[in-house]
Amino acid sequence: MLAFFLFYVFFRHDDLKEMLDSNKDSLKLEAMKRIVAMIARGKNASDLFPAVVKNVACKNIEVKKLVYVYLVRYAEEQQDLALLSISTFQRGLKDPNQLIRASALRVLSSIRVTIIVPIMMLAIKEAASDMSPYVRKTAAHAIPKLHSLDPEQKEQLIEVIEKLLADKTTLVAGSVVMAFEEVCPDRIDLIHKNYRKLCNLLIDVEEWGQVVIINMLTRYARTQFLNPNINESLLEDGGEKAFYASDDDEEEEDEEKKAEAAALAKRKPYVMDPDHRLLLRNTKPLLQSRNAAVVMAVAQLYFHLAPKAEVGVIAKALVRLMRSHSEVQYVVLQNVATMTIKRRGMFEPYLKSFYIRSTDPTQIKILKTYIKSMDKDFVAASIQAIGRCATNIGEVRDTCLNGLVQLLSNRDELVVAESVVVIKKLLQMQPEQHSDIIKHMAKLIDNIQVPMARASILWLIGEYCEHVPKIAPDVLRKMAKTFTNEEDIVKLQILNLAAKLYLTNSKQTKLLTQYVLNLAKYDQNYDIRDRARFIRQLIVPTDKSGALNKYAKKLFLALKPAPVLESPFKDRDHFQLGSLSHLLNAKAAGYQELPDWPESAPDPSVRNVEVKDSVCAERTVLTEAGSEASGVLLLQTSRGSSTVQDLPLKRSKALTKTRYAQSLLYRSFA
Amino acid sequence: MIHSLFLINNVGDLFLEKHWKSVISRSVCDYFFEAREKAGEPDNVPPVIRTPHHYLINIYRDKIFFVSVIQTEVPPLFVIEFLHRVVETFQDYFGECSETIIKDNLVIVYELLEEMLDNGFPLATESNILKELIRPPNILRSMVNTITGSSNVGETLPTGQLSTIPWRRAGVKYTNNEAYFDVVEEIDAILDKSGSTVFAEIQGVIEACVKLSGMPDLTLSFMNPRLLDDVSFHPCVRYKRWESERVISFIPPDGNFQLMSYQISAQNLVAIPVYVKQNICFFETGSSGRLDITVGPKQTMGKTVECLVVTIHMPKVVLSVHLNATQGTYNYDLVTKILVWDIGRLNPQKLPCLKGSLSLQSGAPKPEENPSLNIDLKIQQLAISGLKVNRLDMYGEKYKPFKGVKYVTKAGKFQVRT
Repeated sequence: MLAFFLFYVFFRHDDLKEMLDSNKDSLKLEAMKRIVAMIARGKNASDLFPAVVKNVACKNIEVKKLVYVYLVRYAEEQQDLALLSISTFQRGLKDPNQLIRASALRVLSSIRVTIIVPIMMLAIKEAASDMSPYVRKTAAHAIPKLHSLDPEQKEQLIEVIEKLLADKTTLVAGSVVMAFEEVCPDRIDLIHKNYRKLCNLLIDVEEWGQVVIINMLTRYARTQFLNPNINESLLEDGGEKAFYASDDDEEEEDEEKKAEAAALAKRKPYVMDPDHRLLLRNTKPLLQSRNAAVVMAVAQLYFHLAPKAEVGVIAKALVRLMRSHSEVQYVVLQNVATMTIKRRGMFEPYLKSFYIRSTDPTQIKILKTYIKSMDKDFVAASIQAIGRCATNIGEVRDTCLNGLVQLLSNRDELVVAESVVVIKKLLQMQPEQHSDIIKHMAKLIDNIQVPMARASILWLIGEYCEHVPKIAPDVLRKMAKTFTNEEDIVKLQILNLAAKLYLTNSKQTKLLTQYVLNLAKYDQNYDIRDRARFIRQLIVPTDKSGALNKYAKKLFLALKPAPVLESPFKDRDHFQLGSLSHLLNAKAAGYQELPDWPESAPDPSVRNVEVKDSVCAERTVLTEAGSEASGVLLLQTSRGSSTVQDLPLKRSKALTKTRYAQSLLYRSFA
Repeated sequence: MIHSLFLINNVGDLFLEKHWKSVISRSVCDYFFEAREKAGEPDNVPPVIRTPHHYLINIYRDKIFFVSVIQTEVPPLFVIEFLHRVVETFQDYFGECSETIIKDNLVIVYELLEEMLDNGFPLATESNILKELIRPPNILRSMVNTITGSSNVGETLPTGQLSTIPWRRAGVKYTNNEAYFDVVEEIDAILDKSGSTVFAEIQGVIEACVKLSGMPDLTLSFMNPRLLDDVSFHPCVRYKRWESERVISFIPPDGNFQLMSYQISAQNLVAIPVYVKQNICFFETGSSGRLDITVGPKQTMGKTVECLVVTIHMPKVVLSVHLNATQGTYNYDLVTKILVWDIGRLNPQKLPCLKGSLSLQSGAPKPEENPSLNIDLKIQQLAISGLKVNRLDMYGEKYKPFKGVKYVTKAGKFQVRT
């Protein structure tokens, strides 16, 4: 049977080989299609390598493409044979058709054969100065491929990256920043000269490039600019605030004014670097992108870089993402949760859109309605969330408690149990006013079966037995009856309760305590036996009892600090938002730390570029043409920034307008 | 970035794998299968799964899991968004995205994936660029190809790839130049027992079908743009013009695309098109209950409500229902416990009503809460927010295009609590 199967496989491949060797392109194509289908299904087709590689020079472009697919998949396994194809690609690199040049480079850099590293290096260098931006883009893509194949080439590759970073086309920008992030993310100095250009190109770069560039610029800005929120405590002065507000508005319009403002602001404690402002201004429209990743990238940029007053703009966009696919919601909610911890109230206007999702304060009422829901896990989580709300906001605490107490009469055990645990934590903060709640809970102990909840109630009663002097001994009496049938965790709490009562009210409970301790002495669990022995020694006065006895009361009834109910999202904020590491709350390979703000700003002049540069030209025009023209210019930069470069430096307003109309036409014919 | 992609159907068969870097063994999917088993429902699988050496980011669409393998730090939304884009591209090419379709077009799918990513980084995701590189399948072309021996693969670089408007190809020609816009609005609302609105919101999209020759530059303006609270655009829209003049100015992609999506601000009162009078109760004794639902029109602006459907997720203890509908048909699924009442067109003169008794499992306690009603409806020729398109202007081309706007209102997550 096996022999037959092997024969069959051999035979079938033989058939394919024959087709590949034929003269007809249609037969070759058919064979290649079948082979690619095999690869797609994960079947092994490596024994066909020699037959396939012969066709690399085939004239038919579709056959050629499929051969490329095959090569990229198997070249790593059959390095010697793969070398046969190299000369074809080298020829392809010189082809007049830019698509062929690009795809030759793509395949050449993808075949992961160590011997050809020098050839690849040469090809990348050449392609980096190719006429076609598409080929240059492919070169940028090839850089990380070569780097992963042979990390020793890093220095040379950085040179290429530096060259491509200076490229002015939008097509290349995203890919080269990607290469930068993968090969040399720490060489922040390479960005300086290109910073303004990247900011200005950003809106025209394709979506995926935007994400990468925004993330990189976030890191860059963290190292180069001062923290805009550093002086918030100093900002109480109203006049200064007004200064900031006006600064924001006019900066967008008028560059000159900003210079003035900057001069004025020298006396002020903090002024935003104009380049910092440029970044914030140019990324803001991208919040309206259809691509969730872009929106998230801008959101994290604003969150990490913007002055507090401006962060609010991202909330609306993030709420919009909630309407998207469930996977997107999942990621966005994780990020929103972190943001709310740091910046409370940011999402308050949009609470209705969140239902129960965030840990934001005022949503408690909405939360309550969800407790009626069917899904039990969900209910438990909501009750815990109520607890967190209550601890975070003083005013709603009473409402929360009342709501939770109502829940205690719920028929569903899990709801009650979860509520009890949360109430316990809340009561710990202010036990004095709530003795009736404790009484209510004492009554509940007859009904509740969930051990954790029983233990919590017992603990509460023991802790605050002074507030409920009549009930506490009675509870102990009941518990003593059922002691043997309880769970371990409950037994421990019974012991605690007994000890506490013995200390405060020994007259009534002496015998009961003795009884419970005796029961515990013969318990199966050694923890409980130990505890019983320990308590007995500590509280029951005997002749031999040590010095500890005197302190027993202090030991048991010491004032315990109230617990802090922490959100599970608490400790995530040290990761850059929107990153994989943040989502998993663990550092992923290749994660770049978001640096802290520098103490003092590094020299901003490193970003200055020669006047000839398009960016500078635009800036000069902005100052010369006055505010009206600059409005028009902003329109132009939104798409097709190339038109901006055509503008001569000095223009009257009217002329600029006609130019604008022309440029619209120009763009439509381009 | 994205290292490999595995496609897995909902019974757990892995039917396609594609690697953009070194090959990763498909055994990495075992972690996914583990998570899949734990999750129960396919929708509950966590989108990001951590394994000792890799991270798996997956989406679930059209009964297929798209599982991507990641090795280094990457924004998770980047991957998720890309995977959704892959699905949309397949839908664009083959009309739908299903296991059979993908298996039938395995080679084209593979070529597409090859073009979309290079070394795991997106290369070409715009549909019109892809269509010039790899032509979508159609019967006529495949016949011609077999006879003439020409291929499905473009030989030159798509023009869109180099221009600043990559979403549109050059040299588009139509004999009838037409541009259609569909304004589709969905109402998300929660009504409480007494019928008052707890929460209501309108989400809208403008779907466009533009078949115009050359390079038209379109400007769409609204009568009342102030209504729009939050908007997101197709990349072709010029953001700055929207910010300064509240008009949508764009050079459209060729064919069907979503121009924008928007949200109507919460300050504006949302019109609720229907009201529901309901009474569902379960009796303490006798293990039975009653159900009485009447639906009527509320604020429909004189239009007819169509395709009205009421769906109720009954509690588990409801064994069967004995109801009587004055209009439409009802169906109770005993396994999923879902009662669906398909009413159809709402007649304001004679309100539809569903009445009858429910029988419960004997001995079981009565359900604590009444189930809530989900309502689905459709109103033609009405944008419930009142949004109106003012005019569409075309610059840059000389011919007169045919223009059309259509409005539809639908129910989104429309729920009535009982």
